[in-house]
Amino acid sequence: MAKITLQNLRHSYNPEPKGEEDYALKRMSLDWADGGAYALLGPSGCGKTTLLNLISGLLIPTEGQILFDGRDISNTTPERRNIAQVFQFPVIYDTMTVYDNLAFPLRNRGMGEAEVDKRVREIAEMLDLSRTLQNRASGLTADGKQKISLGRGLVRSDVNVIMFDEPLTVIDPHLKWQLRSKLKELHQRIRRTMIYVTHDQTEALTFADQVVVMNNGEVVQTGTPIDLFERPMHTFVGHFIGSPGMNVMPCEVKGGQATFAGHSVQTVNARNYKGKGQKLEIGVRPEFVSFAKTGIPVDIVKVADAGRYRIVETRAANSSIKLLVPDGDHIPVGKTHLAFDATRTQIYENGWMVGVRP
Amino acid sequence: MSSKTVNQNAWWLVLPVFIMVAFNALIPLMTVVNYSVQESFGNNEFFWSGTIWFEQLLEDDQFRSSLLRQISFTSIVLFIQVPLGLGIALCMPRKGPWVSVCLVLMALPLLVPWNVVGSMWNIMALPDIGLLGKGLNALGIPFNYTRQPISAWFTVVLMDVWHWTSLVVLLCYAGLVSIPDAYYQAAKVDGAKPWAVFRFIQLPKLKHVLTIAILLRFMDSFMIYTEVIVLTGGGPGSATKFLSIDLVQKALGGFDLGPAAAMSIVYFLIILLTSWLFYTLMMRNEAQ
Amino acid sequence: MTKRSLVPIVYIIFLMLPIYWLLNMSFKTTNEILGGFTAFPHQFTLDSYHTILTDPTWYMAYVHSLIYVCLNTVFSLAVALPAAYAFSRYRFLGDKHLFFWLLSNRMAPPAVFVLPFVQLYSAVGLFDTHIAVALAHTLFNIPLAVWILEGFMSGVPKELDETAYVDGYSFPHFFFRIFIPTVSAGIGVAAFFCFMFSWVEMLLAKNLTSVAAKPIVAAMTKTASASGYELGLLAAAGVLTLIPGAIVVYFVRNYIAKGFALGRV
Repeated sequence: MAKITLQNLRHSYNPEPKGEEDYALKRMSLDWADGGAYALLGPSGCGKTTLLNLISGLLIPTEGQILFDGRDISNTTPERRNIAQVFQFPVIYDTMTVYDNLAFPLRNRGMGEAEVDKRVREIAEMLDLSRTLQNRASGLTADGKQKISLGRGLVRSDVNVIMFDEPLTVIDPHLKWQLRSKLKELHQRIRRTMIYVTHDQTEALTFADQVVVMNNGEVVQTGTPIDLFERPMHTFVGHFIGSPGMNVMPCEVKGGQATFAGHSVQTVNARNYKGKGQKLEIGVRPEFVSFAKTGIPVDIVKVADAGRYRIVETRAANSSIKLLVPDGDHIPVGKTHLAFDATRTQIYENGWMVGVRP
Repeated sequence: MSSKTVNQNAWWLVLPVFIMVAFNALIPLMTVVNYSVQESFGNNEFFWSGTIWFEQLLEDDQFRSSLLRQISFTSIVLFIQVPLGLGIALCMPRKGPWVSVCLVLMALPLLVPWNVVGSMWNIMALPDIGLLGKGLNALGIPFNYTRQPISAWFTVVLMDVWHWTSLVVLLCYAGLVSIPDAYYQAAKVDGAKPWAVFRFIQLPKLKHVLTIAILLRFMDSFMIYTEVIVLTGGGPGSATKFLSIDLVQKALGGFDLGPAAAMSIVYFLIILLTSWLFYTLMMRNEAQ
Repeated sequence: MTKRSLVPIVYIIFLMLPIYWLLNMSFKTTNEILGGFTAFPHQFTLDSYHTILTDPTWYMAYVHSLIYVCLNTVFSLAVALPAAYAFSRYRFLGDKHLFFWLLSNRMAPPAVFVLPFVQLYSAVGLFDTHIAVALAHTLFNIPLAVWILEGFMSGVPKELDETAYVDGYSFPHFFFRIFIPTVSAGIGVAAFFCFMFSWVEMLLAKNLTSVAAKPIVAAMTKTASASGYELGLLAAAGVLTLIPGAIVVYFVRNYIAKGFALGRV
């Protein structure tokens, strides 16, 4: 159990990185509290697996330090770090029984058989594997195998962190939900730091207390699921989280007042804008847009039924704006006006929320 | 397997193979079986002789000794080539520009005509001007493969190791690179020692290719003819006279068609049965 | 890491030694060869190569070999392709037995077949032709080709076939236009193995020919025994037989590892 600190961490697969683009992981500093449930969320190739492998010690960082409880472990081997990792595809030792698979990490560390037996049975009980303990592991279904991988991580009482690298990829949809709640339940029981890597927002938001969103090798936002939804720090977070994603339209800001297509728009942070003439955008989630008598004039393009609400796509000055309308509410035809919730409308400069970054 | 559909028309697709192989395999095999149960006194006259050739064969000292030599040879080369090939494959780099170069150079002996393999080792082993022969003699080891059976055996085995170890290397290497990285990473995280990685990850995953490698090496070494006939001619004396050499001498040299045919059948059956037994045993283990 | 990579390096050196010695001999004069042990040619000469490349009995032997090797590769692939497709896609009466019967032919010692082959091909008037050798070698190459191709084809999802049929392709059109390009890597590997076996085999090639189609493997043994100890000439002929193999292996270098992995029993 440990608090994990990343200090100015940077990594490149190129042995002699020249420019910033050679880095798979851009410089970052992060703190992960002991016992937390974290998710690393981002699209494929954003560097989340690289970050994971740096923490587990499968990769040695090009620059910077990784600290466990303040102790620098950047250059130690995976087995010295006392971590556990569950991979995307279930890794099991084919020739061993389920029991031996679970006992393997303990025996490798020279633990006595009596203690091994106690731990293995305890973990098997937790994961509902007790009945299959004596079976050959190779005969199990994909979710059974993934449970074994998970069990091998949990079986050691001294692990600093358990990491999951998209562990539900090969699991059937109806079992995904089961395994995910099992994970959540396990976390609450054993209170060990867990890091869950995924590109699926539902998995990340349901599992984690804190979600770290990554894009292009850098962390764009760390926060609770609510933070990510209500205050996306970057237009990427707005797009990536939520369905449909946040509306982003080009705008202008003058004297602390934002205007979109010639109409002034009330926002949270336009007054923080210092005016350097960079690319400016307005971001507002479809949940916080509504029809109004006056406001931004738009044409209605399309209405899609999504069950309890409808997604209405409108168009104003070459930008598409989506909004959610509860089932049963009236939707006008043709031209109408939109209003944005001023407390949930933000200005972004070069993608970043104005006032967050200099 | 279960996703295949039943379609009897597929026979039309298999028919060309069936006709071609049947023409090549069935007619000659029938000829052989035919000869093996008949006696000929020339002039194309044949008489039914029952199982007499088979009985004679089993009593035949020459057959027994060449069979014994064959079994010894095959066992020796298997015991050398399989562990050696596996070991080399384990030491090969997984990635990088050198992999291709290594593979091409290693595959080269497999593409040398078998008689050239014989000639090559003949030239290598010549006691006066060969690199190997001269070298050994210079080290004070008496070596003359045309005179001493031990030298001849040493050269023949070394030649076969040179010729065929690469096949085992290539098969094992192919098996090794198909093991996903995650297995090695999991083993690291689980704190497995290199021996445990080999025992619990690499060896189980290589079981299939090793089965194929052992089967192929068994079959091909059991059929060895050309390399040995060029190198030693089966000598000195009959020290390296393996089954194929014995058989060809009987069938083409002499005119004992009956005994030669009987020997052919026994020879073929030994290979078939051994391969079948080995394969079923390996696969039964799998099923358990 | 460096300690480990020493093993393949030492092995490759071991593999190259006899080849070096063969090259060494081929560039020596007969006098130097008979004169005693020399580690490299002191009187470098291309005489042996000159003899081979100007004497039709020598160079035509290479041509004969190449002809039947290519014929054999074409024959084997032409019949193995549809059969491998059938085995990889359909179940039919006796499919498993047929497959194992095919493979069992790979276990037949060529020595068993020498005499019956000579009689068979003489009876049908094919003795001493390229076709005879090419056909004889198909006995060993067809099973191998079917096996390798079946492995590759099983890796191609069945949805490819179904989509093509839904799109209105006829079977031949689909097979030649879509399927064959898809499994081209497998065809390359299978062709490599057919070429290899046919090129290296001597027993059948030698006994099924006499003059008109005499292959290089036979020419070498006959020359060696007829004109005494012409080691230089023999070595040069041997060196020249390495070239086609080296060319072929260079072309399939990227498929070697893959091809072996997909071959399954």
